[in-house]
Amino acid sequence: MRISGLGHGMGNRPVSFSFNGKHYMGVEGDTLASALLANDVHLVARSFKYHRPRGILTAGSEEPNALVTVGEGAAGDPNIRATQQDIFEGLVARSQNCWPSVDRDVMAVNDLAAPFLGAGFYYKTFMWPAPFWEKLYEPIIRRAAGLGALSGTPNTDVYEKAFAFCDLLVIGSGPAGLMAALTGARAGADVILAEEDSRMGGRLLAEVEEIDGRPAHVWAAEVIAELEALDNVRLMTRTAITGAYDQGTFSALERVSHHLPPSQSLKTAHRPRECFWRIAAKASVLAAGAIERPVAFPNNDRPGIMTAGAVRAYLNRWGVAAGERITVFANNDDAHRTARDLLAAGVHVTAVVDSRHDAPDGTGFPVIKGAVVCDTAGRRRLQSVTVRSVRGEEKIQTDCLAMSGGWNPSVHLTCHMNGRPRWNRELAAFVPVAGVVPGMQVAGAANGVFSTGGALREGAAAARAALADLGLKAQVPPLPVASEEVYRISPLWAVPGKGRAWLDFQNDVTVKDVTQAATENFRSVEHMKRYTTQGMATDQGKNSNVAALAVLADATGRSIPETGVTSFRPPFVPTSIAAMGAGGEGQGFKPRRYLTSHAAGLEQGASNTEVGLWYRASYFPKQGETNWRQSCDREVMMVRNAVGVCDVSTLGKIDIKGRDAARLLDLVYTNMFSTLKIGRVRYGLMLREDGFVMDDGTTARLGEDHYVMTTTTAAAGQVMAHLEFLTQVVRPDLDVRFTSVTDHWAQFAIAGPKARALVDGLVEETVNGDSWPFMACGEITVKGVRGRLFRISFSGEHAYEIAVPARYGDALYRALVAQAERLGGGAYGMEALNVLRIEKGFITHAEINGTVTAFDLGMQGLISKKKSCWGKALSERAGLMDEDRMQLVGLKPAGAAQDISAGAHLFDPDASVERVNDLGYVTSVGFSPTLGHMIGLAMLSAGRDRMGDTVRLVDHTRGIDTLCEVVNPVFFDPEGGRVRG
Amino acid sequence: MRITCPICGERDRREFTYRGAALGAPALEAGIEAWHAQVHLRLNPAGSLAELWHHEMGCGAWVQVTRNTATHEMLGSVLAEDADLAMPAPETEVEP
Amino acid sequence: MDDLSAKSPCEGLLPATVGGFTLREEPPTTLTLIAPYAGQEAALSAAMDAAHGLAFPAPNRTTGSGEARAVWFGRRQAVLMGPDAQPGLAAHAALTDISDGWAVVRLDGDRAEDVLARLVPVDLRPRVFQPGHTARTELRHMMASLTRVSAKSFQIMVFRSFAETLVHDVKTAMEAVAARG
Repeated sequence: MRISGLGHGMGNRPVSFSFNGKHYMGVEGDTLASALLANDVHLVARSFKYHRPRGILTAGSEEPNALVTVGEGAAGDPNIRATQQDIFEGLVARSQNCWPSVDRDVMAVNDLAAPFLGAGFYYKTFMWPAPFWEKLYEPIIRRAAGLGALSGTPNTDVYEKAFAFCDLLVIGSGPAGLMAALTGARAGADVILAEEDSRMGGRLLAEVEEIDGRPAHVWAAEVIAELEALDNVRLMTRTAITGAYDQGTFSALERVSHHLPPSQSLKTAHRPRECFWRIAAKASVLAAGAIERPVAFPNNDRPGIMTAGAVRAYLNRWGVAAGERITVFANNDDAHRTARDLLAAGVHVTAVVDSRHDAPDGTGFPVIKGAVVCDTAGRRRLQSVTVRSVRGEEKIQTDCLAMSGGWNPSVHLTCHMNGRPRWNRELAAFVPVAGVVPGMQVAGAANGVFSTGGALREGAAAARAALADLGLKAQVPPLPVASEEVYRISPLWAVPGKGRAWLDFQNDVTVKDVTQAATENFRSVEHMKRYTTQGMATDQGKNSNVAALAVLADATGRSIPETGVTSFRPPFVPTSIAAMGAGGEGQGFKPRRYLTSHAAGLEQGASNTEVGLWYRASYFPKQGETNWRQSCDREVMMVRNAVGVCDVSTLGKIDIKGRDAARLLDLVYTNMFSTLKIGRVRYGLMLREDGFVMDDGTTARLGEDHYVMTTTTAAAGQVMAHLEFLTQVVRPDLDVRFTSVTDHWAQFAIAGPKARALVDGLVEETVNGDSWPFMACGEITVKGVRGRLFRISFSGEHAYEIAVPARYGDALYRALVAQAERLGGGAYGMEALNVLRIEKGFITHAEINGTVTAFDLGMQGLISKKKSCWGKALSERAGLMDEDRMQLVGLKPAGAAQDISAGAHLFDPDASVERVNDLGYVTSVGFSPTLGHMIGLAMLSAGRDRMGDTVRLVDHTRGIDTLCEVVNPVFFDPEGGRVRG
Repeated sequence: MRITCPICGERDRREFTYRGAALGAPALEAGIEAWHAQVHLRLNPAGSLAELWHHEMGCGAWVQVTRNTATHEMLGSVLAEDADLAMPAPETEVEP
Repeated sequence: MDDLSAKSPCEGLLPATVGGFTLREEPPTTLTLIAPYAGQEAALSAAMDAAHGLAFPAPNRTTGSGEARAVWFGRRQAVLMGPDAQPGLAAHAALTDISDGWAVVRLDGDRAEDVLARLVPVDLRPRVFQPGHTARTELRHMMASLTRVSAKSFQIMVFRSFAETLVHDVKTAMEAVAARG
């Protein structure tokens, strides 16, 4: 019910919205919760487990009940707290976890079965037979229980992530936060003031009181206006700080556009729904306030039962009375303000029921002292409460109960780095321990100081202390005059009586569940939590954890400090995965690296494959070819018989210069590079420090102190980091400099019997066997462009690699392919490249998989005896030279089946297929059109001694079980005549 | 987590790659036992530990970071080249 | 014989304007990586001053302006942008031509740092990261060099092969910031 003249947070514009299919009117400034209450809609949700009718409990982000789905279809957002959702014209919201409607919910039958559904019910009931859990029980339970559902279709909304930096982060904008921000801002610090609400001001918006003789919300507005005008202050509303991390890093969730209608224009089409911030702050002030806790009395979960502070907030900020006849139930003085404010607004207050015998008297309403509410009635809306006192039990007709079990300081962020709060007996609450988050000061209600005057003082002091740590001297602004009201409380956690008394509204945990956990010896607060699921819902037990552990303490005969608390962990508020993963969807998942030949390849119809981050052509289908094998076979034979061109620019290229360049190479490679002649290339192997092979590649010597190293595509980054490690950590005395030139050079392989004809015809220099013998390198000019030519081969054919600055890559690639086609050849892709190298037994990272030594590869000869190198010491361990180790071999089919597959495992033909009999595995396979059958490379135990043997190849995944012959891994031209020709 | 690079200043952890404890490398010829200790044996203290981090997405410097592994407090950072971790030149090294 | 035609890294991808932000490719120029040898820093800087009128930049800073600039490019290295490096510098430093290895783009607009705040984890507040300041950092998952050219302009460099991803990522951030209005 709206009360005219109240609600200082409200605009004038009416706003229409719909809830559960019915249309309502609200006012600009309303949240969905305040607008529903204004329309006397109290039943808004069904509970998680028992499908109990539920209403709005709070006015903040801690709301456990009023979770709704906003929007429809793929753009629908489930589990939105109605207390945080501002209404906008056309807003569509609906209740969750109910069918067919929130009024008539079939699953409410669960509530009747409640005696059987207590804590541990699932564990005890659905134990046998074991396989039924996954297939039968769990799906049924999951369907019956739960919160909102996702649409199941991709969400096209935009989410984003961003970074921010400041000197002082102030968390919360109540009196303490505003004063802290003001102090910091006036001292010249860069301040971020983060407030999870849509408006700055915190409790000052919800209370009737004065600061410096003005209404508190007016004072707040003045301070906010001053802060807004300063360019060293950044005000972030709708931004909840969700986590505190090392070195002053905070995460924050900004609800950017939940309060706005769906975008209708191109300009706002990319407007994010949410932004997930990482804020690096040199210092911080936590002024997050406090959260009011309910009291656990029988049937305390009916729509119309709310926290007292929320009833007050709806009245003062939104001008909404939560009922016509309101009763207050409390154990502290603060809740009496609710009765006073309601009375002043003309709302009937039936009584204040106060559990304390020494409660203050009321003016204009009766105070029933030493009394408790022990039951309630009304299924879809509260109708009455039963009050028990020395006078006996009496029923009070009421449609709203404002309850308060006291206030819990919001200590959550102080616990994210292992801090534990301290029990304060006087406040009957946990308060933060100073210094548990480096650089963080806590002020105001979050620190257990509940008066407005105290909060203002603490905010200023906290900012001054935080800035002093940064070496900034802050003048504390004159402290405004404000209320110094003392907070008086006497603990009351649970009221005994018949009927269930709820602690955790969101996960449907009752007092009985907690006492039962204690009875069954789940006495540790961590065990109780997991057994009952107390505090494990999306609200993380913000308004129930303390009461639950107090009940546990009672049940186990311990004090609250002895019982301890569970850990508060990030995030402080539920955070959508879409926000945390923003930017990682679609093309943002990982960057894409394109070759200079990419466009030309696509024009040729190339099918692309991902190689790390690179996109490379896998094959180039010609007319009439209907599958990749046909193209691949043709490309292989083209290279063997004529000439092929392939873009190999993805290989890492590192330019190395300096007088110690040769020393570095001798350190990193197993073989000698100091003896390499200028104008020559050598194949090299490098080891990790544990003696296993790290990478291989060729390195060319272009000058006395100038080398160009190539790495495999896969290990380019790793090798670069390794060289940095060796030259900075291990041998900083080496005077050598290097840099990646991978992207500077476009490099193309030209392979096949007609490769020389092609190259000689294209470059200005004469290319023949004398000028460019095998493993020669040097500078050339190609079509007016200076480049480099390397006589190296990864196919076993007479081959070259030609490199030009990348800007010419596209043009040179097209020229090379055109020329190759004139010679009866053309472009070849990764599939053919792979077959060509397997035919020659050349290794890639399929073989160099981190478990392989030079010995295993038959390359122990490459470890120079004349010098040491990185990794050599441990490569000589006895176990790494054992003859039974898996060694590189070739495989060809020997059985009836002709298929062999990579990843298959190898066994003796007469051994059973069991792990203990595993002899090795297949690393690479391909169909060799040259030989007319499948070929493979494998790592096989004592493989070099098994040449000619038959092994059994088993691939359970692909259903292959066949026999293979073990052969030399070099299938084709083992003498190497073609490459030198 | 934020790490101070002696060259770039305080930066986000995501720019760095972790290697492990900062250990001086034995000579290449030091033998299997010395290298076994280097590669496999670690104290793994709950407290102050000198570690190597590579500012790989930044300036490329290898940095020796001293950090409390229990509290994550940063206790100092120096360039690895200044951290006295170097190995002696091998006996077999070529003369330039 | 016909010469090879040249393509720039962002050809066909830029310019792009979203709201008040513009992303464009810098005209291709010569980029020389200059890495001083041990003990040669001072001599190199003097030689660079004599040859090109600029000093070897301090870490995270740039020197020169207009036609010749030197941008610090990481530990013990800088990139000379504009003129061909005078060959004599090779006595003091490793000189490596990287002209074709990097995509170089420029982002202009009021509060362009808000766009970059979506992409890089570096403090770019105007009073911290001023004109002439530069950083090596990551832009999303890419190694990048980021330089504030003026109050409203940044130069961004990533490896050439990342050009399309760079444009995609920066444009996405431009759209998100512009859409907030």
